[in-house]
Amino acid sequence: MRIQNNMWKAVILIGGPDKGTRFRPLSLDVPKPIFPVAGIPMIQHHIEACSKVPEIKEVNLIGFFHYTEMLKSFITMAKQKYSLSIKYLSEYGPLGTAGGLYHFRDQILSGTPEAFFVFNSDVCCNFPLSDILHFHQSKNGDNRITIVATEATHSESMSYGCLVEDENTNEATHYVEKPETFVSSLINCGVYVFTPDVLRCYMAEVFRQHQEESLEMGMGDSNFPDAIKLETEILAGYAGSGKMFVYKTKEIWGQIKSAASAIHANKLYLSVYRRTKPEVLAKKNPDGPIIRGDVFIHESASVDPTAVLGPNVTLGENVEIGAGVRVSNSIVLSGAKLNDHCCVLNTIIGWKCKVGEWSRVEGTAQQPDPNAPYSKIISGQLFNEDGRLIPSITVLGREVDVAPEIIILNSIVLPNKNIHANSKNQIIL
Amino acid sequence: MSPNKSFSLSNTSIGTMKALILVGGYGTRLRPLTLNVPKPLVEFGNKPIMLHQVEALVEAGVETVVLAVSYMSDILEKEMNQHAKRLGIKIVFSQEDEPLGTAGPIALAKKHLSDEKCDKPFFVLNSDVISDYPFSKLLEFHKGHGKEGTICVAKVEEPSKYGVVVYEGDTGRIHRFVEKPQEFVSNKINAGMYIFNPSIFKRMKPEPMSIEREVFPYMAEESELYCMELKDFWMDIGQPKDFLKGMCMYLTSLKKKSPEKLYKESNGVTIVGNVLVDETARIGKNCKIGPNVVLGPNVVIEDGVRIKRSTVMREATIKSHSWLESCIIGWESTVGQWARVENVTVLGQDVNVKDEIYLNGVRILPHKSISTSVPEPQIIM
Repeated sequence: MRIQNNMWKAVILIGGPDKGTRFRPLSLDVPKPIFPVAGIPMIQHHIEACSKVPEIKEVNLIGFFHYTEMLKSFITMAKQKYSLSIKYLSEYGPLGTAGGLYHFRDQILSGTPEAFFVFNSDVCCNFPLSDILHFHQSKNGDNRITIVATEATHSESMSYGCLVEDENTNEATHYVEKPETFVSSLINCGVYVFTPDVLRCYMAEVFRQHQEESLEMGMGDSNFPDAIKLETEILAGYAGSGKMFVYKTKEIWGQIKSAASAIHANKLYLSVYRRTKPEVLAKKNPDGPIIRGDVFIHESASVDPTAVLGPNVTLGENVEIGAGVRVSNSIVLSGAKLNDHCCVLNTIIGWKCKVGEWSRVEGTAQQPDPNAPYSKIISGQLFNEDGRLIPSITVLGREVDVAPEIIILNSIVLPNKNIHANSKNQIIL
Repeated sequence: MSPNKSFSLSNTSIGTMKALILVGGYGTRLRPLTLNVPKPLVEFGNKPIMLHQVEALVEAGVETVVLAVSYMSDILEKEMNQHAKRLGIKIVFSQEDEPLGTAGPIALAKKHLSDEKCDKPFFVLNSDVISDYPFSKLLEFHKGHGKEGTICVAKVEEPSKYGVVVYEGDTGRIHRFVEKPQEFVSNKINAGMYIFNPSIFKRMKPEPMSIEREVFPYMAEESELYCMELKDFWMDIGQPKDFLKGMCMYLTSLKKKSPEKLYKESNGVTIVGNVLVDETARIGKNCKIGPNVVLGPNVVIEDGVRIKRSTVMREATIKSHSWLESCIIGWESTVGQWARVENVTVLGQDVNVKDEIYLNGVRILPHKSISTSVPEPQIIM
């Protein structure tokens, strides 16, 4: 009874251009889901994890980004690299986190998979998919959901979906999205397994109710009556039904909402590389450059032997690092050039940026509270109550040119700017 | 000296040339540098501030220098006595028991400046002023008009901040002084360098008294006060911001007068503009130094360092790839790799700035170790 068909699928919810606004200006140039973290696009980590599970035969990306060359070439590359069937299923509009799943139910369920993974694209995780798969298989019921959860601190939990678990049965007895008061420190990781009947039965019912409501309200206030929110409309209703199970992970987990959380995710993924494939990390070499901690250097990047890199640095394709350059806790995107003696700390350097000699580009690192177990990075607001920019990671958008001997501190620089003056705590349009 | 000569005091002057330097108190405005070193001994252009003044006085023929101090400093006494020996002059310390302002200390030192054996005019100067000190010209000008006193005046851009001097352009005779003028009357201010005939002592008592307010206006009224404009450079360097401004002027002047003293481009070091380097200082490869930089004895500049408009005091170390602009690095201090130090940051003695630190307009007291950046102007105790 347990195994009907040993074929699984995966769905990655990639959203659309109106999402990821906290990730601007970087998401102006590239769809956030393919923004590189630890050297590869964010969702390539998901795809790579899927490729390691023999049962998973197909990965579907659902979203409403235009099917641009960038997205196309990413999918072509990933298909070849991982020998997986990868498709982009384009929504006609923002259908919400579950609306797209329902809309494309026929594609997802074609070939009658036993079950399918659903991932949010902006989670950073080491994806113990085989374990999750076995966990899901160990539970009974035709229309069950497995939800991956992790511990958060008391105060941080309220920024996430919160779950209450019956520890004897692993059943989720309660689910609430971003509660105002504390409910549980167990939070939704944005990774799920759905049995096909969830889509066929429960979601169909939610969808039918939506249609009825929108007919009564004369289309209502939404242009997308088909939009369904997974968290509030499916999970919250499913909790307590005895059909939703909690898979708890104590592994690394983070969300990538802001530049600061991308830097942190970069760190988490580099630490995963350290354990699973240390050969991809930069090695300490007596001839230089000096490597401190985990550093990922793309093979096409050129680094002067007198540079000092790390910890937590990723250099993208064709990046050039000059003599005496210092980079720490930063992501340097492809084609960027850091000239001699410059210092880059806690920063994302955009594609093809140039930083002049002796310039300093520095942000303020946001780290999880080191004294609180399970602490995460909360991607809060950009501005404080006085309307001032909250010190955070500095971001240079694409092709920003920073003159020599300048300091840019806690700033966000929009693309294609030439910076000739110091900038502190500013957004440079 | 024959006894009959003592009757000719009023016609020909006798005795040797003398000068008084108003040293005053603790130099609090130049802290944290003056916490360890008396202000007159703080090096300016690799030479104690006071030595610039004393050497210029000696060149003009001065043989006795009176230092009017409000507190005694053993270090100052010891060091100045050494210089006195070397220069073949006499240095006298005149200590006031309570602050006597700007005129009181002169009256207090009367016995050192003039007696029956000496009726020569004497110089008085504030210890904070830096200039090319044209004392010989001042003496000549003073003798030329024959009146009781001459003060030097300097041109400033914003006269409304100061007391200005209104005088007759062709003769230099002072009409009046105007404190912080709201409307433009003059752009010349008192430069804190004077020459007086001993007859000025009748106007002053050894008690708290201001020469600017209680002596000069009366002299001007009686047409006994003239002024001479300083054409070259002048700066009151009592504050760090002005210390650096004065340093730039001093280096420009040095370039004109003795360019051979300035540092020349050498292997692997790029020199921009005027840079003064002690011969015992060492500079690494791929550095870019200048304009307007002074490096003191035994200073170590490691590779790839950029320094502009700064003074680095004796035995300080600047580590690789750091960037410094408009700062004063105190004696024996260390600035870490990839540090950025700017905007009139002053490190006291033996301050240790760790790697990758950013300091903006920070005053750091001696013997501190700095391991977090200070991005806004602040004092670190």
